[in-house]
Amino acid sequence: MKKTVSKSAWATLLCVAALLALVVILENVLDPNKNIMVFTALKKGAVYALVAVSMNLLNGFTGLFSLGQAGFMLLGAYTYAILTIPVAQRDAVYYIYNGSAINFSLPELFGGGAFGLVLGVVLALALGGCVAAAVAWLIGLPVLRLKSDYLAIATLGFGEIIRAVFQWDKLGPVTNGANALKNFPTFSSFNITNGSGETVLRLSTFTAFLLAGACIAVIVLLINSTYGRAFKAIRDDEVAAEAMGINLSKHKRLAFVISSFFAGVGGGMFAMFANQAQAKTFTTAMTYEILLIVVIGGIGSVSGSCIAAFLYVAASEWWLRFLDAETFIGGFKVPLLRNGFRMVVFSVVIMIVVLFFRRGIMGDKELPDLLEKRRKERAK
Amino acid sequence: MSENVLKVENATMQFGGVVAVDNLNLEVNRGEIVALIGPNGAGKTTAFNVITGVYQPTNGAVWFRGEKIVENHPQGKMKQQYKGEHAGDYTQVLAPTPDKVTRLGMARTFQNIRLWKSQTVFDNVLIAKHCRAASNVFTATFRLNRKEEAAQRENVLELLETVGLADVKDELATSLPYGKQRRLEIARALAAEPKLLLLDEPAAGMNPQETEELTAFIGEIRDRFYLTVFLIEHHMNLVMNISDRIYVLDFGKLIAQGDPAAIQNDKRVIDAYLGVSEDA
Repeated sequence: MKKTVSKSAWATLLCVAALLALVVILENVLDPNKNIMVFTALKKGAVYALVAVSMNLLNGFTGLFSLGQAGFMLLGAYTYAILTIPVAQRDAVYYIYNGSAINFSLPELFGGGAFGLVLGVVLALALGGCVAAAVAWLIGLPVLRLKSDYLAIATLGFGEIIRAVFQWDKLGPVTNGANALKNFPTFSSFNITNGSGETVLRLSTFTAFLLAGACIAVIVLLINSTYGRAFKAIRDDEVAAEAMGINLSKHKRLAFVISSFFAGVGGGMFAMFANQAQAKTFTTAMTYEILLIVVIGGIGSVSGSCIAAFLYVAASEWWLRFLDAETFIGGFKVPLLRNGFRMVVFSVVIMIVVLFFRRGIMGDKELPDLLEKRRKERAK
Repeated sequence: MSENVLKVENATMQFGGVVAVDNLNLEVNRGEIVALIGPNGAGKTTAFNVITGVYQPTNGAVWFRGEKIVENHPQGKMKQQYKGEHAGDYTQVLAPTPDKVTRLGMARTFQNIRLWKSQTVFDNVLIAKHCRAASNVFTATFRLNRKEEAAQRENVLELLETVGLADVKDELATSLPYGKQRRLEIARALAAEPKLLLLDEPAAGMNPQETEELTAFIGEIRDRFYLTVFLIEHHMNLVMNISDRIYVLDFGKLIAQGDPAAIQNDKRVIDAYLGVSEDA
């Protein structure tokens, strides 16, 4: 039994490595300027996959219905941006407030160059996660006494408050008020260029996949550890879990803090994807998008969340784009196609998905489970 | 005098104006099987909940293995409302949560089965081992606790073999027949490595044959795991066969205690609970 476990672990690792290699090849073979949509969808999909999995850890595996994800993403995004804007750019970014209150940049502290960039970005993302986690710990003290809908409302309110606080004018020298933070390292900064500034090897999408993949791997390891099992016990029956020696408040707070950590990292990555960090993008609507991904993918399925993230982002950003453009076939104007129609169709598609896959695409199964089942059926 | 594992001292549980458990005193000695019986609504499960930390008693104390683990006295509005005795005797407030009580060495089962529904039989028992794990969240996530995890799994497998559930270990807990679910719940409680096992109506809903099997099973695990067992039960066959001593509750009050033979002939118990046979 032990052997098969390690075997499947190796198989998973191999699949992930193959996927990463595929991304690198795809990125360097296809011309990104002609296929902007593909790479936008891939990068945003990777970011959303991470945030969706972090939300699933809470909603799907611990049974805590929380809607604070956008708030924690905001904390991560701002922390990342504030720590990585190059010192030389600070005056330009914070021009309204006559420069920034914080005058260092992590990539430069590590000596700049490729090494400084990698170390600085990774550390800034991790710190973004830590800030989100620390705030989650504080909020968790009162909020985690609540259950189900009440918890959802309290966390939703928290997200709104955070957004308002970060737009507060008095905090301007740190957060740049309601204005966007920009000019920090993004995914494109990881493209390798030669001396004359030409891109030799494109690694931007690969970077997004690698970061998201590493974080998701940690979450999966956690879910399959003794702590993950305790979370699932809390989800299935709180009373029994407590009677079997699982400290409810400690474990709930742990799940909340870890989920928020990865939401913070995801927020930092979202800033890298969007090339800017601005409080008004981290709205409740964003939390709902992520919730939708979790529900479509299957509550309690990590692979479901990943698949749904890419499908959702691709559908909303790419495949349905044509519905927004007024189209003429010969002299005939196709009816209904106009700006905004995309969202109508998109909503209908989601309704259909939810109607026919009531438990999401994957239910609470993982991809390897399904393959295993099929193999067994064939053997019969 | 044998050493007592559990001692409940003047415990009163009052909900608003209703006294559910009234001045309960009982002792369970090491290695004994002790039963708590009584008519419906007598306060048996409430007494269990007071012992395991689900409820905080209004007044009184609970001792476990020589250590006082629960103590409370009427506070606030309850000071005026309190109808029980020994009002001034307790001054401390000790209110551990149920998980803490379990980690001290007391594990329980439930009257209505509470298994983790989406988990397999094996995982249900394995999760109960979590409270004995020394690893923290980092060592567990990054698999630095491999030895402990392997030991846990082996331990669980052994336990499942002992209770006769090894052949169904990969099935969902809820897909088991009723009798086996009961057995699994006991196995899960055993996985938490208790010294005292509390069983809340373990034979509820069982047919006579299953009840007989369960009776033998409880005796078996007591001997094998050096347990002390305290149980609530309505099946008199089981209770009379297995118990060393019996406590009888009625309307929250202890009305009798003693060995099975004495209880069967106690007039108050017969009136309140056992009833009189037609021809007597």
